Amino acid sequence: MSNLPETRTSRVSVRLIAIQILVFSLLLTLGGRLWYLQIRNGQEYANEARSNHVQQVIEPATRGSILDARGVPLADNQTRLVVSASRTELLKMKDDGKAVLGRLAKVLGMSDKEIRNKVRLCDSKTPQPCWNGSPYQPIPITDEATTQQALQIRERSEDFPGISAEPTAVRRYAAPGDANTAQVLGYLSPVTDEEINKAKNSRSPLLRSDQIGRSGLERQYDDYLRGKAAVTRYEVDNLGRVIGQANSEKGQAGASVVTSVDARVQAIAEKQLDQAMKDARQVHDKNTGTNYKADSGAVVVMEAKTGRVVAMASNPTYDPNAWVGGISGKDYAHLTGKDSNYPLLNRAIQGQAAPGSIFKVISTSAAINAGYDFNGHYPCTSSYSIGGQVFKNFEGEGHGDISLGRALEVSCDTVFYRLSHEEWKKDGGDKPKKDRHDWFYKTAHQFGLGKETGIDLPNEVSGRVPDRKWKHDFWMANKAGWCEQAKAWPKKKDFGTKLAREGCLEGMKLHAYDSINYAIGQGDTLVTPIQMATIYAAISNGGTLYDPTVGKAIVSPDGKHIQMIKPKSHGKLPDTSKTLRQIDSALAGVAVRGTAAWRFQGWPQDKIPMHAKTGTAEVYGKQTTSWFATYTKDYTIVMTISQGGTGSGASGPAVRNIYNALYGVSPEGEIDPKTALLPKPQASLPKIEGDGTIKAQPIKPYVLPSPSPSGSPQ
Amino acid sequence: MTTSHTSRAFSIRRYTPELGTWGKLTARDSVVRKLDWILLLSCLALSLMGSVLVFSATRNRTALNHNDEYFFFLHHLLNTGIGLALAAGTIWLGHRTLRGAIPILYALSVVLALLVLTPLGATINGSRSWLAIPGGFSLQPAEFAKITITLGMAMILAARVDAGDRPHPDHRTVVQALGLAAVPVAVILLMPDLGSVMVLGAVILGVLLASGASNRWILGLVGTGVVGCVAIWQLGLLDDYQIARFAAFANPSLDPAGVGYNTNQARIAIGGGGLTGSGLFHGSQTTGQFVPEQQTDFIFTVAGEELGFLGAGLIIVLLGIVLWRACRIARESTELYGTIVAAGIIAWFAFQSFENIGMTLGIMPVTGLPLPFVSYGGTSMFAVWIAIGLLQSIRVQRPLSASR
Repeated sequence: MSNLPETRTSRVSVRLIAIQILVFSLLLTLGGRLWYLQIRNGQEYANEARSNHVQQVIEPATRGSILDARGVPLADNQTRLVVSASRTELLKMKDDGKAVLGRLAKVLGMSDKEIRNKVRLCDSKTPQPCWNGSPYQPIPITDEATTQQALQIRERSEDFPGISAEPTAVRRYAAPGDANTAQVLGYLSPVTDEEINKAKNSRSPLLRSDQIGRSGLERQYDDYLRGKAAVTRYEVDNLGRVIGQANSEKGQAGASVVTSVDARVQAIAEKQLDQAMKDARQVHDKNTGTNYKADSGAVVVMEAKTGRVVAMASNPTYDPNAWVGGISGKDYAHLTGKDSNYPLLNRAIQGQAAPGSIFKVISTSAAINAGYDFNGHYPCTSSYSIGGQVFKNFEGEGHGDISLGRALEVSCDTVFYRLSHEEWKKDGGDKPKKDRHDWFYKTAHQFGLGKETGIDLPNEVSGRVPDRKWKHDFWMANKAGWCEQAKAWPKKKDFGTKLAREGCLEGMKLHAYDSINYAIGQGDTLVTPIQMATIYAAISNGGTLYDPTVGKAIVSPDGKHIQMIKPKSHGKLPDTSKTLRQIDSALAGVAVRGTAAWRFQGWPQDKIPMHAKTGTAEVYGKQTTSWFATYTKDYTIVMTISQGGTGSGASGPAVRNIYNALYGVSPEGEIDPKTALLPKPQASLPKIEGDGTIKAQPIKPYVLPSPSPSGSPQ
Repeated sequence: MTTSHTSRAFSIRRYTPELGTWGKLTARDSVVRKLDWILLLSCLALSLMGSVLVFSATRNRTALNHNDEYFFFLHHLLNTGIGLALAAGTIWLGHRTLRGAIPILYALSVVLALLVLTPLGATINGSRSWLAIPGGFSLQPAEFAKITITLGMAMILAARVDAGDRPHPDHRTVVQALGLAAVPVAVILLMPDLGSVMVLGAVILGVLLASGASNRWILGLVGTGVVGCVAIWQLGLLDDYQIARFAAFANPSLDPAGVGYNTNQARIAIGGGGLTGSGLFHGSQTTGQFVPEQQTDFIFTVAGEELGFLGAGLIIVLLGIVLWRACRIARESTELYGTIVAAGIIAWFAFQSFENIGMTLGIMPVTGLPLPFVSYGGTSMFAVWIAIGLLQSIRVQRPLSASR
């Protein structure tokens, strides 16, 4: 005890207290930090922990099929061996996966560059081909791998890190019976991040792996076709091993869309359109001194009483299978390049041109509504002049005083020139009256022109009715440019400068010559084939303008729920039933004794009354557009060929061949019901089996009864 | 004492009854009565909590546990048992007896540490700090060095003072003590086991503080440490990635796949626990094995996630009790030798606990240090229990020295 005070000096005591304080402040620090992490920010970390250990496995839904009216699949799915590359895995490698892609190129027999382009990401500076889907999703390189190639990749998986070869359901456009139907069906491509964000809170949110419809029916009915992917959420450990299952969402296969398209008729329509264009290219054009170019064309076959589309073809066309599994650079250039002539366009709904004489049914209705008598006497002179300007009859011939019906039959321009010019004058001419009627323009609007028909296909164009309002709006939009160009006047006196000068000074006015040209469907008027089909179908069915439809029914994958797409109308023709009957009989006259008669020689008119109107529209700087609008009591067929020549000349044989196939009419005019494809429109849906599958007989390409059925002109 | 039961009639009734074993243990001046039971029970509680946490962390780690989910649990209990036995042995020998054996123990620990650098050494987690011994076991000699350095320095520093020659150790003694510490520190630095070096630094500081060595030595030592760190950083002795790895505890994005990953996952595990935790064996981070080294260095995250603030706080409180009792023992020791040994152990436990828990909480850099008593690991468990034995021995032998 005695030496204790000596050893335990105050220095040591103080130091021990210091140690003690230090130790406990360290522990307090730990306690405080623990409180901060667990109590103050606990929720945040708890959320993070939750997301840490849940992995989603997405099993994409099988996309629904697109079927024709009898159940033949126009678009369905096929299991193919898809080789895809994971970008994230490739980027982890030192050379960004170059070596792996090189080896893959050798196995697949592709070039290094081709493969590298496929896995690069699309941005504003990167041209196609590139990947515009999610960078975290495997990028398909080919969907045409052979079993041999897939095995090579799988067996040497150490040589191909990040590369997978899996059997995958891919879209197939089977073109049954050669019915390609490309523009109507549309195509798919991977969803973009933007679209995922947009659809996040909607009824059908998109997944990274989704493909969505980009055009045509694939786009229009995308919500139904896509179905819902099955999402299984697994709780996983740090190595991704599954240790439990979290809430999951059941998947649902996409519904099928039954269309009113008949693959057999579609195939004929496509073939006939193509043939008509090929034939037109053999025909010499007097005006330009070259053969017709026939650069594009479209044909629509529609049920007259419902507006349902039985066939719709657009030319030039393409193979929609090119899009499946990512489009190649060559194909993409081929489809969208400057020299491609844009085969992706569905010219039946997106091609617009002046209608030419098939517009005269509208002019006729306008005249009658303006108070002219259908059976009155109207001089069909060989030309019509105003103030030194001479407007010729199309072929330059006169027919004396004729009724409006006869004017339709022989397609007499001067009759309509005069009527329209008179109405223009009544409305005040260059100085429009306030209470003017604008009969000719109003009637065009009432016929549904200048507005989309509402067909169930995306991106339909509206065409144009060049009325006084449009003239003014167009002038407002363009006068600055015109007036600038017109400054060169009078030093420069070419046609362009002249037009610009006129436009600058008087472009806001609807001139007399505008109204004269307008009466016969020339000038600034633009229509689409589908609009004209709707109008001629309405004349056939007693005046109802239907929204054309391609989709007929949506059938749930189990076949239990069928949602019919019913014909809807967007208006009535502004004609009395009497007028309609008169026009109807005049159009029958066109087929019997008028401008289309030479194309319908031997047609069994008494059994299947045929109605037609030809049109040949002039386009500045181009060859004439051929229009041919026809109908029976069941069907309406409208065909157009750009730079194709005359209406009956270029389009006539093709349209007749389609009718021949529909009704089973031989080139000689005999009706054989056995060869008739569709003498009555298909009213019922294809048979749906108990398990939801829809079976249809495989079809063969239709062969016309006679090898050269087109008949010879006159 | 020679009385036999057969001659009961002639026996003389003893004034005090003969003590049975229990009696001996519970006698007023017995070792058992004099033990610091609070300290002992706290350590035992920590070890048992550790065994449960180790069990939770390793149940699913089939790659480690030889397909026996109780492997680590049972081994932890076994280690605790061996630790207890070592502590008992230490008390039985007494720290003063050991004082004579210090040179041998010291030399042994240096040799063991050196052996690590030979082909006998094993590298685990990038650090060559293990000694593989036959039978599939391995030793971490650095753990023993913590004890031998404490004892060795205490012996040198306290010798003259306890003899009554000087009130404080003189400079020469301090130099000798530092020289003694420097040898094993250098060897461990070569392994390199930076975590243990840091602990040894704390121990040396604690020992010097408690020895009453001149303030200049304390400041000098701290100053050297600071200057050394700055020099390493400024002179570019470390690669950028090493600095990033070091700093990743504060900013996990500096080393996202390495230390940053550990730090981040550890923080998520602890933070996710909240007040009461997800319940034992129900932590998703633990079950999912998101935290690496969870049964050893990151054992605290299991407590944080599954037992919450209350359970993890309990570990800190228990450690606090251990350190409080140790401080008491240091204060009440009648000789400087005991005080220094206790202070060395305090510095060791306190710093190692702070560093270990601090790194799981993201306030200290990540190093491979176990949490005393709780982390799985034989050598560490043995070392801390020997240290507890030393503390108890200092306490038990106090009256003896007092009556000297």
